[in-house]
Amino acid sequence: MNYELQTMNYELRTMNYLKLKFLTKSIWVFHAACSPCNNCDIEVLDLLTPRYDVERFGMVLVGSVRHADALLVTGIPNYKTAERIKKLYTQAPKPCLVVAVGSCACGRIMFRESYNSPCALDEIIPVDVYIPGCPPKPEAMIAGIVKLINKIKGVR
Amino acid sequence: MLKIIFNYLVFPGFLFSAFVGLMTGWLDRKITARIQWRKGPVWYQNFVDILKLFYKETILPTQAKFSFFLSPFLGLCAVVIVGTILGRLLINPLESFLGDLIVVIYLLAIPAIALILGASSCGNPLASVGASREIKLLLGYELPFILSILVVIVKAHSIKLNEIINQQMSFGSYIFSFSGAIAFLVALLCTQAKLGFVPFDVSEAEQEIMAGVLIEYSGLLLAIFKLMRAILFYIMPILLIVLFMGKDLSLGFLILKYLFLVILIILLKNTNPRLRIEQVLKFFWGGLSFLGIIAIILALLGL
Repeated sequence: MNYELQTMNYELRTMNYLKLKFLTKSIWVFHAACSPCNNCDIEVLDLLTPRYDVERFGMVLVGSVRHADALLVTGIPNYKTAERIKKLYTQAPKPCLVVAVGSCACGRIMFRESYNSPCALDEIIPVDVYIPGCPPKPEAMIAGIVKLINKIKGVR
Repeated sequence: MLKIIFNYLVFPGFLFSAFVGLMTGWLDRKITARIQWRKGPVWYQNFVDILKLFYKETILPTQAKFSFFLSPFLGLCAVVIVGTILGRLLINPLESFLGDLIVVIYLLAIPAIALILGASSCGNPLASVGASREIKLLLGYELPFILSILVVIVKAHSIKLNEIINQQMSFGSYIFSFSGAIAFLVALLCTQAKLGFVPFDVSEAEQEIMAGVLIEYSGLLLAIFKLMRAILFYIMPILLIVLFMGKDLSLGFLILKYLFLVILIILLKNTNPRLRIEQVLKFFWGGLSFLGIIAIILALLGL
């Protein structure tokens, strides 16, 4: 999996400046709920409300994974959702970024010993940015996305 | 010859109408955002979206037929031709040919047909639900739309856009007569359905069938469908202006009328909930067709 992450970075590194600008200025987000407790999802919805309004930066939620530029994963992958999240990642058109929102998606916290949680999210698909918190504040999510964009741009 | 190619590809044709359409799309997003008390995106957002989609991977499903790849281009070509016909008409009314209104009506049905073809050839169940809804929607709104255009034909005694404009220039816009006002209302609501906007966006209903007809499209093909939608958003208000408000078509008044219609459409979109498909059919075949027939009778009586 680490290898895939490196190829991803390589792909982004070889892009020219303009292409990178287009990709970072209009990020369409697919919200993949990977058996969460719904707290993170409610906080994600806050990002679309007048107070935070991420559409200013060109981010919109899309319904189909074929339109997505970023997968927003919340919750722990269990036996059922683990294969589905893998399938979703392969269905997304590349380059596709993965954002893990919430402590569950980042490190499984208290579900680590659970009977139905086979592995962490980043063992299934390559995760580009981790946003911890239970649930993370909307400000924290925006900060995470800004860090991700800076990371992509800084790689060059 | 070079002038014709220029006309189709650059000035009233593809590039110009895509630019205006995308700017109108930005206006839509911005006004929607302001209504919801948000800030809204920057003015070049829609251009960035389209250019980004050009750089993304284009996925062809294994079950996809040839028409999956071809249908976006079909839809785009149709709207570009309509854009060129209407644009040339506004620049130089003498270039109108006999029956161009009929050509425009036919070409305006093609974007919906392209969506249906593309959606039904990709093998996704949600897309086929979307396609069947789009077919019903097309059957629904075509009847009142043609009835409202018949009112204009009855009043102008012509199927030539040039003569329709000339008649309105000498006798006043049709919207200020009884039958014209009713027909305009009918045509405006049909425009809403043709553009796939909210009271009638059953085929793309994001909350129930994800992206509906567009669900399997990605990258370049999705970008072309988005461009098609944008150009359609530019030509539909222009067609309504030519048919119903053709009194004064100087540049300033044209832009004012265009903005008025676009803002009307956006406000209709933002203040209505989505109808179910059988409600849509009842609305178009019941109420609106009835209104259209009343408008034709009034037009025949000379009102």
